[in-house]
Amino acid sequence: MNRIRTIWRKSLNVVMLTLTGVAAFAVVGVLFFILGYLVYYGGKSLNWNFFTKLPVPVGETGGGMANAIVGSLKLLLLAALMGLPVGLIAGIYLAEFGGKTFSFVIRYTTDLLNGVPSIVMGIFAYSIVVEPVKHFSTLAGGFALGVMTIPITVRATEEFLRAIPGSLREGAMALGASKWRTIASVVLPAASGGIITGMLLALARVAGETAPLLFTAFSNQFWSPGWSQPIASLPVMIYTYAIAPYDDWHRQAWAAGLVLLGLVLLANLGCRLVMNRRGVRGV
Amino acid sequence: MTTEHSHAVSTKDAPVRFQISHLNFFYGAKQAVFDVNLSIPAKKVTALIGPSGCGKSTFLRTLNRMNETIRHSRVVGDIQLDGQDILSMDVVALRRRVGMVFQRPNPFPKSIYDNVAYGLRINGYKGRLDDLVEHSLRRAALWEEVKDYLHKSAFALSGGQQQRLCIARALAVDPEVLLLDEPCSALDPVTTAKIEELMFQLKDSCTMAIVTHNMQQAARASDFTAFMLDGRLIEHSETSKLFTTPHDPRTEAYITGRFG
Amino acid sequence: MSTPAITMDNAVPPKVGPRAFLQRLRHGDEIAHLVTLIFAASILLLTSLLVLELWRESHLSRAQFKWSFFWTSTWDPVFNHFGALPFIYGTLVTSAVSLAIAVPLGLAAAVFLAELAPRTLSDYIAFLIDLLAAVPSVIYGLLGIFIVVPLMRTTIGPALKHTLGFLPIFSGPNYGVGFLTAGIVLSIMIVPFIISVSREVLLTVPRDQREAAMGLGATRWEATWKVVVPWARTGIMGSIFLALARALGETMAVTMVIGNDPKIAASLFAPGYTIAAVIANEFTEATGDLYLSSLIELGLVLFLMTFILNGLARILIVATERGGGRPS
Repeated sequence: MNRIRTIWRKSLNVVMLTLTGVAAFAVVGVLFFILGYLVYYGGKSLNWNFFTKLPVPVGETGGGMANAIVGSLKLLLLAALMGLPVGLIAGIYLAEFGGKTFSFVIRYTTDLLNGVPSIVMGIFAYSIVVEPVKHFSTLAGGFALGVMTIPITVRATEEFLRAIPGSLREGAMALGASKWRTIASVVLPAASGGIITGMLLALARVAGETAPLLFTAFSNQFWSPGWSQPIASLPVMIYTYAIAPYDDWHRQAWAAGLVLLGLVLLANLGCRLVMNRRGVRGV
Repeated sequence: MTTEHSHAVSTKDAPVRFQISHLNFFYGAKQAVFDVNLSIPAKKVTALIGPSGCGKSTFLRTLNRMNETIRHSRVVGDIQLDGQDILSMDVVALRRRVGMVFQRPNPFPKSIYDNVAYGLRINGYKGRLDDLVEHSLRRAALWEEVKDYLHKSAFALSGGQQQRLCIARALAVDPEVLLLDEPCSALDPVTTAKIEELMFQLKDSCTMAIVTHNMQQAARASDFTAFMLDGRLIEHSETSKLFTTPHDPRTEAYITGRFG
Repeated sequence: MSTPAITMDNAVPPKVGPRAFLQRLRHGDEIAHLVTLIFAASILLLTSLLVLELWRESHLSRAQFKWSFFWTSTWDPVFNHFGALPFIYGTLVTSAVSLAIAVPLGLAAAVFLAELAPRTLSDYIAFLIDLLAAVPSVIYGLLGIFIVVPLMRTTIGPALKHTLGFLPIFSGPNYGVGFLTAGIVLSIMIVPFIISVSREVLLTVPRDQREAAMGLGATRWEATWKVVVPWARTGIMGSIFLALARALGETMAVTMVIGNDPKIAASLFAPGYTIAAVIANEFTEATGDLYLSSLIELGLVLFLMTFILNGLARILIVATERGGGRPS
């Protein structure tokens, strides 16, 4: 009886442990599957037109997503200008100046902001930027994305500033540097590598966001000069083309997906490798 | 509780840089320094010795108000630098006049040149930075070793070199007093000897106060020695006298190695 | 000279005050403090504004429908009658399906990474899984539409019907889109979060726990399942809550594969709708203030759901870090 039980336990052991390994490799496998599929289908459809031409009406060929690529870049620029400084300076506050209760409140609020679903962020940007002027704009999209970069930037800034040892600060202060001087000329430069990677990760994250743009930046078949008109973006184009019934659009969606994923993964890969080399926990 | 009578150093003939009277220091509710009266003579090296936790580092750090960075710390008493009360002085101005070298070398993650130039730049010194940097590195006996590598990172230097770099950095702003908090405890004997020699050369231009747990170092390198125990100043006199004929039995016990 | 004992109580306070303040001011420290504080406070302002706007803009529909909004299942833009029930249902069902798939899968993978794999392999795989978390939602949607949906229609659906078709959840026609498809796509999206947090939590379980169990003759699996995992269960629960919060708010991938039909159905093959999906699809089409207000009220509901879940998740994860996950 005992022997049967032991055999059962041992077999269960082997089976279960194998299953865990299968699970892990299956999940990783999904990543490679996604990449593979996109490279195959997207790669087939990537051509020079994709990067240089505007979209053309259905039925015609030779169209591209040049405006969406530029659009995404413009939106990212706006997001960076609006969100990154706020995150950086707020992070400096938390790491260097913060009082106990107020810092706790700010951190809690930042986490809260981080957890807001991106579609809700879109509603927020809509009511603040779109509704007053009754039209979609690049500005609105940039605002939505910008707010989303704040929590990641705050966390990265605070973490990397705190990692700078006190002995460095003491060295500067003993030379007669005031507190802000110490931060600006010693601590911040020392932490800049990590902070910049954090910012890049934040931008990579919002670059792929679609929901917040659906009713802020909306979309645009043409170029979008200035900042107050609707603008095309890669994620929104992918969405629009994928759900449409035209094969040519599907083809383009794959291509755009490949470009988008490629950029996002490259940015993530780069940043995480840099951070791992520094031996710091990822953001 | 009565104050300890320390054999005060005769200050009538030698000018005094620091005059400390009735200094008490608190970390929150805990008192770390009790009623210390001490004078630090100019252009001499004063050593502070005592067992771990006796308050000598804490005391040293009140002299350039570095302890203020610790929350809930309090200083009570009178500290005069050349007759000026340092507690009401502008702390930034104070630290230009009273420099500090720390236990572990803490060069900035910048080049050797930028490390030395740092104090100069933030204090808005005019004049040729290159010359001042070279001058400081020479005073710290580091120039010959680094003169061709000024733009290399400070971290490329060895521990002993980094510490000398920190000394050069502190010297660059031409302080009147240099405080050294166990500067050699992380270094090997050869480097330690180099730094002691450095101190000997520097004292003509710069008053020094050094905290050390190494009694031989105190005996070798200092002119005056102060012995502290449990936050109190027990004895303070010329080094030769303190080590050969200490007045207080506790001093004798410490220097003969019975404790600490 | 003898002086009275100086203690903290009768000590003269340090000579700070207005002079020191002016000095700090001159050196710019006070300004720096103020500037950084303003930026930090702006985050507070933004978040408050967000909640305020959600509340304000949903006023019309809240006033109109009050609490019945939550149990009305009609969604009729023509007659201006709106109810949240189909969307709440859809959100919960898709999230439940995704958890049902992702939790066993994720936990198993986390166990492998924390307990069995050699550290370097584990780190390498964890790194790759972190990359998976970075894949944008719309890409998952793309793959969902062109791979999972056809697969559901041709392979998975029929297989399930063949074996478990008697169950109400697998009844009805199968078009490829629907709750199940959305749940599957969602599960892939949330599994990296479960894995990465659970793995970290499992790695903090002290070695002696495992060793004690195995010293008593337990197999590796028994030690893991009966001792290590329970030790870490608060943190693992936290990771599940986190993943759930993520699943609730997922928009693009879901809206591309769920069928976008505001109906409550028992079958997982049926098309449905989630809160995020309906907002994404209908926001720009919303004619009429009440329509828009209802959509925004849905956004408020979603916000509250994720807010509560994230809060709970954080409490659980912090509790693990603090108390070492001592099983009660």
